[in-house]
Amino acid sequence: MNYLLGAFKPACNVSITFSDGKNRKQVPMKKENGQTALVPLFHSQDTISGKVCIDPYQGKKVEHNGVKVELLGQIEMYFDRGNFYDFTSLVRELDVPGEIYERKTYPFEFPTVEMPYETYNGVNVRLRYALKVTVTRGYSGSILEYQELVVRNYAPLPDINSSIKLEVGIEGCLHIEFEYNKSKYHLKDVILGKIYFLLVRIKMKNMDLEIRRRESTGAGANTHVETETLAKFELMDGTPVRGESIPVRLFLAPYDLTPTHRNINNKYSVKYFLNLVLVDEEDRRYFKQQEITLYRLKEDASA
Amino acid sequence: MIADGAEDEEKWLAAGAAAFKQNAFYMQRAIDSNNLKDALKYSAQMLSELRTSKLSPHKYYDLYMRAFDELRKLEIFFMEETRRGCSVIELYELVQHAGNILPRLYLLCTAGSVYIKTKEAPAKEILKDLVEMCRGIQHPLRGLFLRSYLAQISRDKLPDIGSEYEGDADTVTDAVEFVLLNFTEMNKLWVRMQHQGPARDKERREKERGELRDLVGKNLHVLSQLEGVDLDMYRDTVLPRVLEQIVNCRDEIAQYYLIDCIIQVFPDEYHLQTLDVLLGACPQLQPSVDIMTVLSRLMERLSNYAALNAEVLPYFLQVEAFSKLNNAIGKVIEAQEDMPILSAVTLYSSLLKFTLHVHPDRLDYADQVLGSCVKQLSGKGKINDTRATREIVSLLSAPLEKYNDVVIALKLTNYPLVVEYLDNETKRIMATVIIRSIMKNNTLITTAEKVEALLELIKGLINDLDEPQGLEVDEDDFEEEQNSVARLVHMLYNDDTEEMFKIISILKKHFLTGGPKRLKFTIPPLVVSTLKLIRRLPVEGDNPFGKEASVTATKIFQFLNQIIEALPNVPSPDLAFRLYLQCAEAANKCDEEPIAYEFFTQAYILYEEEISDSKAQVTALQLIIGTLQRMHVFGVENRDTLTHKATGYSAKLLKKPDQCRAVYACSHLFWLEDHETIQDGDRVLLCLKRALKIANSAQQMGSNGQGSAGSVTLFIEILNKYLYFYEKGIPQITVESVESLIQLIKNEESMPSDPYAESLFASTLQFMEFQKQKGGAIGDRYEEIKV
Repeated sequence: MNYLLGAFKPACNVSITFSDGKNRKQVPMKKENGQTALVPLFHSQDTISGKVCIDPYQGKKVEHNGVKVELLGQIEMYFDRGNFYDFTSLVRELDVPGEIYERKTYPFEFPTVEMPYETYNGVNVRLRYALKVTVTRGYSGSILEYQELVVRNYAPLPDINSSIKLEVGIEGCLHIEFEYNKSKYHLKDVILGKIYFLLVRIKMKNMDLEIRRRESTGAGANTHVETETLAKFELMDGTPVRGESIPVRLFLAPYDLTPTHRNINNKYSVKYFLNLVLVDEEDRRYFKQQEITLYRLKEDASA
Repeated sequence: MIADGAEDEEKWLAAGAAAFKQNAFYMQRAIDSNNLKDALKYSAQMLSELRTSKLSPHKYYDLYMRAFDELRKLEIFFMEETRRGCSVIELYELVQHAGNILPRLYLLCTAGSVYIKTKEAPAKEILKDLVEMCRGIQHPLRGLFLRSYLAQISRDKLPDIGSEYEGDADTVTDAVEFVLLNFTEMNKLWVRMQHQGPARDKERREKERGELRDLVGKNLHVLSQLEGVDLDMYRDTVLPRVLEQIVNCRDEIAQYYLIDCIIQVFPDEYHLQTLDVLLGACPQLQPSVDIMTVLSRLMERLSNYAALNAEVLPYFLQVEAFSKLNNAIGKVIEAQEDMPILSAVTLYSSLLKFTLHVHPDRLDYADQVLGSCVKQLSGKGKINDTRATREIVSLLSAPLEKYNDVVIALKLTNYPLVVEYLDNETKRIMATVIIRSIMKNNTLITTAEKVEALLELIKGLINDLDEPQGLEVDEDDFEEEQNSVARLVHMLYNDDTEEMFKIISILKKHFLTGGPKRLKFTIPPLVVSTLKLIRRLPVEGDNPFGKEASVTATKIFQFLNQIIEALPNVPSPDLAFRLYLQCAEAANKCDEEPIAYEFFTQAYILYEEEISDSKAQVTALQLIIGTLQRMHVFGVENRDTLTHKATGYSAKLLKKPDQCRAVYACSHLFWLEDHETIQDGDRVLLCLKRALKIANSAQQMGSNGQGSAGSVTLFIEILNKYLYFYEKGIPQITVESVESLIQLIKNEESMPSDPYAESLFASTLQFMEFQKQKGGAIGDRYEEIKV
């Protein structure tokens, strides 16, 4: 195959390796084709260093107008697919124009890179970080190679983390008071709380707690809002009586959550909500949605 | 419709069971390959089958049991996992990731059980968490089963005293707290079941609830099994909490079952010490609760306890068990206004049995109970409820059975008041019970006062009560009852004649008002009893202290006369007749000539006026003759009148043989061996001759008719009389007359014979021969007779 396609293939193989590649944690990331690949994980302020290796195929030479490596932070809106907005772009020139006859390795380093946003793969928007190696060529098109990165940023423990407490109801029909122990949860956190029934005049089938993600993209008239239910967790089975209090204990760990993102680069926001849903025997739904803030806590700090 | 429902249910169960089995299979496979994640996944799916609402409790239980078995396997697997290094805390979290609550909680309980076993956290913390989390199931049926699962797996893991899970101080409190909480929640769910679904299914639902009650009750059982629940704990924590729940749930079925449950599962000793608390709850129950059964059982238990352990009796006194129970019953009755009378009576009946067992010496208690009962019954009129009356009978029988002595019952002043409320039928039954008790125990009733009270009690038998028309008592029953009254008369006895007379007077007073039907049963024993009294009287004049005896024979005879007079009107002339003769004989013994004469006169009058049947006449006449013969009190004149009358009667009998026999019997009236004054040979002979004459005419009538066999017998009988008097040496009876009579019989004998007559004659001859052989004066006399 290689021989057959050889003519159409680039004249060289470009690979990128990280200097701490063996120790760096890798996390699975869904690629565009739906497959999951392991991708190295970085944090803001990390130094990204490594080597770019250009290995021309047997008997070929690579003529180029220069080799460079870029660190890109991009936002891609799906309604505008293919059009990336770069919010970060750092360049290192690796080589001056010339010819490469044999395997050549260029070390590179981006020290203490500011990567303010986390990698995010949403319904309508994607934020990604990648290293891009360009072998610029005049006539036959440049050779490009990408290496994806995943960036996650830890947030400190919030100073204020008050509980959510609310009394809601339908006049003369249903009156409940619910309480979640915090308003800000880290991604491996547990939501504790209770639902207190003050008045029950309807026959209930069950009560669920949903975790909903609302992703809004664009601005102004072009705003797209997409809401997904990521978790549906049954809290109660049957109809309680007045005075009953139902415990809530929801472990967040099993769900695929991200931290709350607010107005990332004026492009998008990702918010999380707890939606308390009561379903009556006629399958009518009564619900109350409350926003919660999710944040990423440094793992050993959460222990 | 219903059949369809059941069919559908079968289908649903089958479908559920099939899906269940499949997931159980996958779970087992995951367990076998040590795949925790899959094991959790499939077990959750398997348990999802328990989320159904389509099954009745019975069918649901079926499914639950399958789940229970499978979860045991899972538990073992969890245990192994933790040994392999899986952190139990993580496991405990992991099972909580399940999205559906019911599978989640079953898994949580299972993991919790393992958690406790590993002792990585105090049992009490885990149990508390489990029981709290289970609140998520508010569906009654599913909740009940889930919590019952929790109760089941936690049973051997409670931090009880002596348990390996025992923690630091006050650990039992935690165990108790846990069980109480689970109990409370289960009860709430159970009570709530009644509101599930449409009203028309209420009955079916109540039935289903009944099937589930043991799930709830089991918690109380667990509590009673806890080592740490001692009396203090029971009194201060367990009982108040449980009672609070019972009272507050306001549900009839639950209240009834649970109160009963308390009574049954906890030791008697605890009940005794917490009696006021337990009883205090009773009036607070719903009015429809069958409190009587509950309290009855309690009292039954306590009485048995007292009966089996005599040493606890002081405690009963110490806690004033009786007055507490009594008060409680009063309050309960007050609280439940429309309580049927049956319940009230049953309660008192139980209380009475209790006090009889526990305080046999406190008659006042028993009386108090009866008093309360009367108060309850008053204003309700006669009781119509048959079950209630039956209960009253049992109430009233209790003291009799206990003391085996009706005298004690008579001391209970309220006893007759209760009897008052019975209908006539039942009064009779009650009276019979009383009498039977007296008879069985041979209780003598010795004072007039008691007799009066007793008669008041058994009034049903003695008097015609204002019987509603058309309600006829069965003849046999009536007779049976009256016979028992008759027997009773003999149990009323006092050695002192004066007291005895009083007793008799009271009896007379009651009997005479008892209506004609009864007299023929009641008068004879009374007369007999009176005659007995007469015999005991000191001989007149034999009164060394000169005290005027208030009870004299004359007085008694007057009294007798009055009683017997009542009889002919009944009409029972025959009986009266016999009694007169009896009295006459008694008067004879007392040397009361005028009285004896009076009695005879009465008897004669009855004979003349009332006894018309010829057979009865014969019998009556024999009685007259027999009695008169024994009379020695009469002067010549009186005696003459009477004997004359008697012979007159004899001759007037209808049938010749009867006449004949009566007449020859009369011969005895003229010859009393021991009384020189009454030895009139001429009249004897006269009688015998007349008898012969009658026999003769009987023979002639017979020869015209069906043979003379009968008359030969008469001759032989007369011969016997001749021989008797001959032997006595009456000069008027000559050898010749005897001989000619024998000759006559012999002639007759040649006629077609009668085997009876023949043998009679043969034995007569044999007797004569025998007398001859004897020798002496009599032998000599017989020698003279030539046969």
